[in-house]
Amino acid sequence: MSFRGKDVLSILDFTRNDLERLFRIASSKFEGDELEGKVVALAFFEPSTRTRLSFETATLRLGGGYIGFDAVQGTSIAKGETFSDTIRMLDAYADVIVVRHSLEGAAKLAAELAEAPVINAGDGSKRHPTQAMIDLYTVWREKKGIDNLVYGVLGDLRYGRASGSFLRALNLYSPKKVYLIAPESLRPKEELLDTLKMPWEFADLEEVLPELDVLYVTRIQKERFPDPAEYERVKGSYRIDAALLKNAKEDMIILHPLPRVDEIALDVDSTPHARYFKQAAYGVPIRMALLREVVP
Amino acid sequence: MSEELVVRRISNGTVIDHIPAGRALKVLRILGITGEEGYMVSMVMNVYSKKLGRKDIVKVEGRELSSEEVNKIALVAPTATINIVRDYEVVEKRKVELPDKIEGIVRCVNPKCVTNAPREAVHPSFRVISRKPLKLVCEYCGEYLTEEEVIAQLAGT
Repeated sequence: MSFRGKDVLSILDFTRNDLERLFRIASSKFEGDELEGKVVALAFFEPSTRTRLSFETATLRLGGGYIGFDAVQGTSIAKGETFSDTIRMLDAYADVIVVRHSLEGAAKLAAELAEAPVINAGDGSKRHPTQAMIDLYTVWREKKGIDNLVYGVLGDLRYGRASGSFLRALNLYSPKKVYLIAPESLRPKEELLDTLKMPWEFADLEEVLPELDVLYVTRIQKERFPDPAEYERVKGSYRIDAALLKNAKEDMIILHPLPRVDEIALDVDSTPHARYFKQAAYGVPIRMALLREVVP
Repeated sequence: MSEELVVRRISNGTVIDHIPAGRALKVLRILGITGEEGYMVSMVMNVYSKKLGRKDIVKVEGRELSSEEVNKIALVAPTATINIVRDYEVVEKRKVELPDKIEGIVRCVNPKCVTNAPREAVHPSFRVISRKPLKLVCEYCGEYLTEEEVIAQLAGT
């Protein structure tokens, strides 16, 4: 299927074949001028570092230009302009619109309003399809395939959009098993659990660690706990350090969408398990491949 | 007591029968009938029914409701039957059928859903994923809306 002119709203808009085509393009070390004379609008209504910078880099590497903002200050939204009107304006200026917003479904609304294709760069707490592409791509590259592996997904699985998108994305593949490792109050909502097609169960990190091929770690935010004492009590069970990893398979890899705070100790960075910086670096080739395929 | 003694027959219009007891007002609300339209509207609540035990009935004189309008009431009255009356005769009888998509009647319960943002160019839209019990999913944010939540919203003013 061609993605030319198509919106990228959810990872489930893609098939396994679509993704693998993207992965092959991304890994071919391509360079090009496919975006020459094109304008990419980066509409970041919510702050972002990696996602915005990697979209900017991808645009520049393909010879394109970009416009946009990365906070609502300094735009007419601060004067009360609606999201809908801002999108209509960007639609008149740009060839593709990349949207990041705190409201859920904002990217779908943008896609309904704009003629230009819309790429969801994270809206609300559920969807972040380009992050999911990068995550899958990292597994594909580092483990030479995505099927038949045992995954542990750890952290805030309720409000974290990266973990949710990653879990949905795994539905396109056949993992051997997925362990969900989260405090009870941060377990995924039934809306997400109902969609999971692979064998999964809730688990304790130390118990399942020796089985894992891939450990996907996300941040647990203190603010998510109504009682700070509860956070202090559980946080140790969701922290990875080099000592703990002695029980892991030698070739187990650790991913993290970043930013990390203290859920992965610095001494993990130098172990062969750490792949999160590589994962962040893969953001550029994947977004280059995606822009090349989508921009009309 | 027979309902005929409570509310008289209508000559032309629509009779919505077999509404679950106590839900007639919600049915009127979904249909957007406020009483200010000028039609003669009559309603009985909690009358005896062989099928349901107790039921409500709504009669709208002088207006034939289309299937599209009436199907929306399946949200609160899945058992309802629609009778189109002309010259005191029932000329058409049908059951309500819940559409696959519900637009603009109920709102999403997720405060962070874009459909709840003020002044944006968007209306709530849901896909029906289960009919019994009723379960809707928001087309924008993916949040579920349960039967209890639908009823509670439609009971509000």
